[in-house]
Amino acid sequence: MTARRLYRNARLIDPDSGRDASGDLLIEGDRIAALGGNLGEGLGADVEIVDLAGLCLAPGLVDMRVQLREPGAEHMESIESGGQAAAAGGVTTMVALPNTEPPVDDVSVVEFLARRAREVKLAKIHTYAAATKGMKGRELTEIGLLAADGAVGFTDGVKAIADALVMRRVLAYAHTFDQLVIQHPEEPSLAGAGEVTEGEIATRLGLPAITPLAEVIMVERDLRLVELTGARYHVAHVSTAAAIDAIRQAKADGLPVSCDTAPPYFALNETAIGDYRTFAKLSPPLRSEADRRAVVEGLRDGTIDAIASDHAPWDQDSKRLPFSSASYGIVGLETLLPLSLELYHNRHLTLIEVLRHLTINPARILGFEVGRLRPGAPADLVVFDPDAAWRIKTDEFRSKSKNAPFDGRPVEGRVERTIVDGRTIFERQG
Amino acid sequence: MQEYAFAHRHLLGIDGLGRDDIEHILDLADGYVELSRQADKKTARLRGRTLINCFFENSTRTRTSFEVAGKRLGADVINMAVEVSSMRKGETLIDTAMTLNAMHPDVLVVRHPESGAVQLLSEKVDCAVINAGDGGHEHPTQALLDALTIRRRKGRLGGLVVAICGDVLHSRVARSNIALLNVMGARVRVVAPRTLLPAEIERLGVEVFHDMAAGLRDVDIIMMLRLQLERMHGSFIPSTREYFHFFGLDYDKLKLAKSDALIMHPGPMNRGVEIGSEVADDIDRSLIRQQVEMGVAVRMACLEILTGEFGNNPPIQ
Repeated sequence: MTARRLYRNARLIDPDSGRDASGDLLIEGDRIAALGGNLGEGLGADVEIVDLAGLCLAPGLVDMRVQLREPGAEHMESIESGGQAAAAGGVTTMVALPNTEPPVDDVSVVEFLARRAREVKLAKIHTYAAATKGMKGRELTEIGLLAADGAVGFTDGVKAIADALVMRRVLAYAHTFDQLVIQHPEEPSLAGAGEVTEGEIATRLGLPAITPLAEVIMVERDLRLVELTGARYHVAHVSTAAAIDAIRQAKADGLPVSCDTAPPYFALNETAIGDYRTFAKLSPPLRSEADRRAVVEGLRDGTIDAIASDHAPWDQDSKRLPFSSASYGIVGLETLLPLSLELYHNRHLTLIEVLRHLTINPARILGFEVGRLRPGAPADLVVFDPDAAWRIKTDEFRSKSKNAPFDGRPVEGRVERTIVDGRTIFERQG
Repeated sequence: MQEYAFAHRHLLGIDGLGRDDIEHILDLADGYVELSRQADKKTARLRGRTLINCFFENSTRTRTSFEVAGKRLGADVINMAVEVSSMRKGETLIDTAMTLNAMHPDVLVVRHPESGAVQLLSEKVDCAVINAGDGGHEHPTQALLDALTIRRRKGRLGGLVVAICGDVLHSRVARSNIALLNVMGARVRVVAPRTLLPAEIERLGVEVFHDMAAGLRDVDIIMMLRLQLERMHGSFIPSTREYFHFFGLDYDKLKLAKSDALIMHPGPMNRGVEIGSEVADDIDRSLIRQQVEMGVAVRMACLEILTGEFGNNPPIQ
């Protein structure tokens, strides 16, 4: 007989249907069986009952952009440690970038990752595959075969697909198989050796700078190619007002375009670099306050579809270096929810709007059946207290890497329990 | 009145120094100029102290200047050319800092090609650190020696109009000088083609000019910057010929400044690129040789202030 478990006395939040009401949710096996008020009566004695005492119960978070360092750099992150970090962060599905070693540009690597994810049995792991061989930006990968093997989109990871003709062919060919193409939006020939956003701070610090226009120039070029090819196109971690405006217009024009951003782009601005803090070294770089506000507005009006953690684990040796030598990126799986909830606590978005960017929206972009509370859907869930106040402590991260500029930051909203296919994979202690 | 004390453990930049700090260093340096002109140039003020010159980037003049300064104060001076030793073997900057620190130096003089690297190193050692140039960020002793040179010639810094000309984009000398001259009440201009100016440079307290005729009008001091050919990742100017034509200093352009305007250059000069030889060598107008002399005196002052009293492990102020 299938195991049944009833989560009762919850605040059920489902951005897909718009439900935000107290009630119960019944799981049978790995699926949601029912939800609504007072399901407890007449269920019989075999049902395990968990009283949530009014905590929020929502679809598990769908994180559409993480870097796991397996294969190749398991000392920084592995499928296992990344899975633990995801579980602690309420993330039940994540999509890995192909920039491993070797890169995911071959079906064997896709199969390896799928097998490892099954063994580890934590958050569900999907992978993007490289759009070009070796992510070198020249020759197409076997997009059709990789997609058939489970790759859920095509991207050159933390590198832009720079060459216009190559990008045109990637879009056109991917469209043949109805595949999504994800771009790292920065024109490398304009960015040059730059590391931070051009402006007063870069000038004072004497760091090589990138004009923020490097983002919109790449996005606008790509949007023309999307118009030409009809391909589905997704812009990763948008961070500038100009690029958001371009995407807003493209959506109004009916182009098949979506985009995400990551918490640092709405929680921080370029001043976080301070005196050369390498934990604030990101690609794209942290932006001006005006751009940060534009990201918040893009999330508010729905131009930005999703929030992804952009989880980029690096060991100490990669960050305890002079600024120019340090690696780009920060870990984000375990802070995705509380940092996103700042948008709610600061009254920019409602709670259900914040969750929409973390669940159903990325699920729809990627064609996943998760991300919603519906009978028959996978029982991938997160239980959280939206108001619990705590401080981020990076040394308590389950991720093998602790590189984040948020240590000591006071936040509100904490994951209490994470459930994948009906199984509890994380439960907060104490 | 409270007695003045230099309340900084390191000298990482001009940014953060006050007017009294700068005047204190310059006053002390004045005395060292006189000492250095005597037959017996040596004092024992830093006897028993150890200075390590730690240069991650090639430099002959700055390293030599610190070496002479240290020796005149009686310190033991060790030169480490790091870029040819451990960094090549993969040792990180922090490892190098730890290694040096274990030798109990009293002061480390550090140059590094990356902005912020000297500060990072200073956080890992127990002794005083002097920034001898970090990437495109700061080179504080250069700005101090420039200030001493100007003050001795003009009697003051406040109210002077100073034009800093050339490759401001890559120049740590320009950033330190802009900061110092602003603190001391001078008016600062920068003059350069737009490709060699960083964004929002005016926010640092300068007036921006793109042609020498306007930029040099009525100035008291012309600071020419070295065109940092080694930092030019790409084409910032079409040719050195064109650069000299529009932005190089020669007598025609010098005429536009005040009749007693003085010329400075941090060296080493690219003759015929940013500055013509006849102007550079004009003993009435050029302060370039005096700058080198003042460099030793200013570095003696900085070494004494940072290490003279306490040596290693200074007590917290």
